[in-house]
Amino acid sequence: MIRKTISGGLAIAAITLFALNSHAMDYPESVDIDSLTNHYEAVTFDHSMHVEATENDCAVCHHHTTGTPPTDERCIRCHKDSSEADAVACADCHSAQRFSAEYLKKIETTPLLFHRDKPGLKGAYHQKCLGCHQEMDAPTGCQDCHTRNEKGDKFFHSGAFAPAPKENHGAHH
Amino acid sequence: MKIILDRRNFLKRGLAGGALAAVVGSEKKAQAANTFHGYPDSMGVLVDLSKCVGCRTCEAACNKEQGLPEPDKPFDDFSVFDEIKHGQKRRTSEKAYTVVNKYDVEGQEGPVFRKFQCNHCNEPACLTSCFVNAYTKTPEGAVIYDPKVCVGCRTCMIACPFYVPAYSYSSVLNPVVKKCIMCYDTRLKDGKPPACVEACPNQVMTFGKRSELLKLGKERIRNNPNKYVDHIYGEKEVGGTAWMYLSSVPFEEVGFNTDIGDKPIINYVKEFLTIVPMVLTIWPALFTGFHLLAKRKNELKETETTDRDA
Repeated sequence: MIRKTISGGLAIAAITLFALNSHAMDYPESVDIDSLTNHYEAVTFDHSMHVEATENDCAVCHHHTTGTPPTDERCIRCHKDSSEADAVACADCHSAQRFSAEYLKKIETTPLLFHRDKPGLKGAYHQKCLGCHQEMDAPTGCQDCHTRNEKGDKFFHSGAFAPAPKENHGAHH
Repeated sequence: MKIILDRRNFLKRGLAGGALAAVVGSEKKAQAANTFHGYPDSMGVLVDLSKCVGCRTCEAACNKEQGLPEPDKPFDDFSVFDEIKHGQKRRTSEKAYTVVNKYDVEGQEGPVFRKFQCNHCNEPACLTSCFVNAYTKTPEGAVIYDPKVCVGCRTCMIACPFYVPAYSYSSVLNPVVKKCIMCYDTRLKDGKPPACVEACPNQVMTFGKRSELLKLGKERIRNNPNKYVDHIYGEKEVGGTAWMYLSSVPFEEVGFNTDIGDKPIINYVKEFLTIVPMVLTIWPALFTGFHLLAKRKNELKETETTDRDA
């Protein structure tokens, strides 16, 4: 077993444990995702289980970066024979600051930039995870994956911070 | 966009407008040339309805950012989607500058969610209808308003083609208009996206330069020919809006008014409005003249009568 820590561009996805599986692929068994800890507890993503669920087709989530051929027709055009990339974590390509002035400036000043519409990190996670969960009838509620903390309850005016129920609901006094 | 008028300028313009109206009449070309197509570097938001899952996080973020009152129900309470008031789904109010509504569309597997808020028009009807000039279209693209100037006449609420401005009916002493300002004060003017955009987990909304978003939206349509309706709502509607929408179902089926046309609302009244200064300047002079003439005639007649009697 190899123990290794990968810190992505912004150290959002902290990969904790690596294991060698039968297909001779290096991948973490689980990934702690803590980019939404403002309102939620960190999520421990069971990577191994998802490798099984996708039948070792890394491209389902990792596009062309892991060396397996991409599945999306639009990606195949360029990345049909792309080899494994140096960076494969979501945060390595998907910016956590997608709408920062610097990022927007980069798009604007690079007219030939191809992946102009690349979602930010949070969007990438949710679009991938939630999209597949909807298709596979897996859980889709916010708190099915994220345990909300007290700050989150306050933000949503829920739990201990829920508004008092109105007595004459909707009726005139 | 905001033009400060003092009385002298107002009268000058009125006279010039009157003269101009007399000279060019209602020449259509001249008016088209005056249409404002938005500030070149203004920002906007592209909303992709096909990505919205109805989690209401944007509503919670708006509430917090704008310091709005406590909601009637928690933001994770999805029973609000079934609320119908006066035959309508939820609307923006003094307590909520943005709301998400749920639509069941025929032939669509799951429900379709639609977030809406002020669309921040290029040429806002609220702004042009406001007689105290409370509204401003900022170069960043936001339509903001000064509540200190607002007299609470609610003309903007009638003028808005999207029925967005709400009213603080709960305020007894100083009711004013309330609406989304694209987080101008706290975020947009510093180059940051609105709070709802940043809070959205699924990146339903893309923040950027309006011109760039249009290209991006068209690219998305081109890349997914079977997914989206071939239309960006807000590209041209009422002269273009800063908030624009992509949808995988016909827009009219998810609460959009597709009959509002591409002309800014002000264009419908421009012809009439050019006459107003003429009426205001020429009529008083004309009728005062008539009055004075009539008065003088009467006076002369009276003097004559008195002379004859004497």
